Amino acid sequence: MRRGRWPLFTILAFGYAFLYIPVALLVIFSFNESRLVTVWSGFSTKWYAELFRNQQLLEAAWLSIRIAAVNATFAVLLGTLSANALVRHRRFRGRGGFELLLTAPLVMPDVIIGLSLLLLFVALQQGIGWPDGRGFTTITIAHITFSLAYVAVVVRARLSQLDRSLEEAAMDLGARPLTVYLRITLPLIAPALLSGWLLAFTLSLDDLVVASFVSGPGSTTLPMVIYASVRMGVSPQINALATLIMLFVALAVVVASLALRSQAKDRGHRTNARR
Amino acid sequence: MPPTARPRQPGRRLSRLVNIGIPYLWLGIFFLLPFVIVLQISLAEPRLAQPPYTALAEWLGDGVLSIRLDLQNYLLVLSDDIYLAAFMNSLKVAFFCTLLCLLIGYPMAYAIATAPSRWRIPLLMLIILPFWTSFLIRVYAWIGILQTSGFLNNFLLWLGLIDEPLAILYTQTAIYIGIVYSYLPFMILPLYANLTRLDRTLLEAAADLGCRPFRAFVRVTLPLSRAGIIAGCMLVFIPVVGEFVIPDLLGGPDTLMVGRMLWTEFFSNVDWPLASALAILLLGLLVIPFVLMQRWQLAAEDPDR
Repeated sequence: MRRGRWPLFTILAFGYAFLYIPVALLVIFSFNESRLVTVWSGFSTKWYAELFRNQQLLEAAWLSIRIAAVNATFAVLLGTLSANALVRHRRFRGRGGFELLLTAPLVMPDVIIGLSLLLLFVALQQGIGWPDGRGFTTITIAHITFSLAYVAVVVRARLSQLDRSLEEAAMDLGARPLTVYLRITLPLIAPALLSGWLLAFTLSLDDLVVASFVSGPGSTTLPMVIYASVRMGVSPQINALATLIMLFVALAVVVASLALRSQAKDRGHRTNARR
Repeated sequence: MPPTARPRQPGRRLSRLVNIGIPYLWLGIFFLLPFVIVLQISLAEPRLAQPPYTALAEWLGDGVLSIRLDLQNYLLVLSDDIYLAAFMNSLKVAFFCTLLCLLIGYPMAYAIATAPSRWRIPLLMLIILPFWTSFLIRVYAWIGILQTSGFLNNFLLWLGLIDEPLAILYTQTAIYIGIVYSYLPFMILPLYANLTRLDRTLLEAAADLGCRPFRAFVRVTLPLSRAGIIAGCMLVFIPVVGEFVIPDLLGGPDTLMVGRMLWTEFFSNVDWPLASALAILLLGLLVIPFVLMQRWQLAAEDPDR
């Protein structure tokens, strides 16, 4: 039995190597002295210093972070409502359509989402005068539209595993449904809301295609700057930026997973106690 | 206890309205309605103005509404070999990338699902982590690896396996590598979810009855993981058909793919109607795999169906 597992572990090791070597090389060469990103010539942090002097890049990063934060907040709100609808209202007219609308953004190619939203914004502007021009608002709306579907997946999974006995106890004690939801349900699904928020944040921070379609003059997001620079060829500055972004995301994920784990432990205790 | 069995509460109507109504409205306006407009503009003519397309309907006065549907864009796409080639190539790339992801992802998902339970979550986290880091940056990482003076060529030269650098970047091969790399987690996650739920006693029963492990895998595990396989394949296949970033950054200028074509028509040629027609045709192409995915997802959620 033990011997039979070796091929599997070999595949796993190669798989992880495949996933991580490119990222590792990227990080290592962000500390390279030379402008060449593939030949090591000594340790240096000068690319990081240069990064913080790049005004255009900093502005784009700030815009992207603001969009990502607003997007994540709205996406969590709408995604949680959708998850409530799917888990708590099991039968309603148009449920099939609702589920379809929540799944489609997960797989829909970016170019289609971007183009279709742009055409909507242009038509709306012609018809009702809103949105006035394109930029922060239109990019944020576009991002919310696909992010909320991801949040719904995360929150739905958590909500459907939820132990209903606490809610029922509160209800039996006379708490109103809204109070039960706010005081009992929300704290219980909080870790899912947190990871949904982070997921929506990173999805927005990462989006090049949709933002390119729905942005206007003067609203250049970070991925657009990266893309323009990458098209010119590799540059150690981008390596440094990539390292910072990954560090940031990795920290956020670690924090979120710790929160999730402590919550899971709580749940474990409760389930055991019940048995 | 199913929620429907509980007594009706007065707040339930409002809850229903808010929870279903608001997201439905949002997705209706910002996800569904745009497709209607894309369809509409795909039937318009391009013009040099702002916005760069003609109106379909026009009041001519005296109660006459003139509607002009221009099928030129579709005729052009369907008759010009270059668009056809782009569609065919997109489908081909998506098909083989999905297959490669499955061939690499299945054993990985299987290994994680059958690993000792305390290892499972960390191993799974390692699969999810790259999914959280920037997609654009992970594609960028491959440029440094695959270019003529890149890591891969330097490494192969150093090993003495090749005498001169291989041209990998800006070829179809680079696109395959980039796509498989980026989409592998999408294949592994649904497969893992499926394989961990697999009833192990079935395999034990097969073994007790004298079935060899490989045969048990083919006859028991593989058919039972069908839902996971289909979900994973569709999660890779559908977005890859319309992929833009990877073919644009890793592929050569002559690599034809629909997503890239649409981008060029829109941004470089400012032909919005033609780009819309491409989007509509691409959507039409993706309807079948999407319906397939939806059906299997429902089946996986509700085993009684």
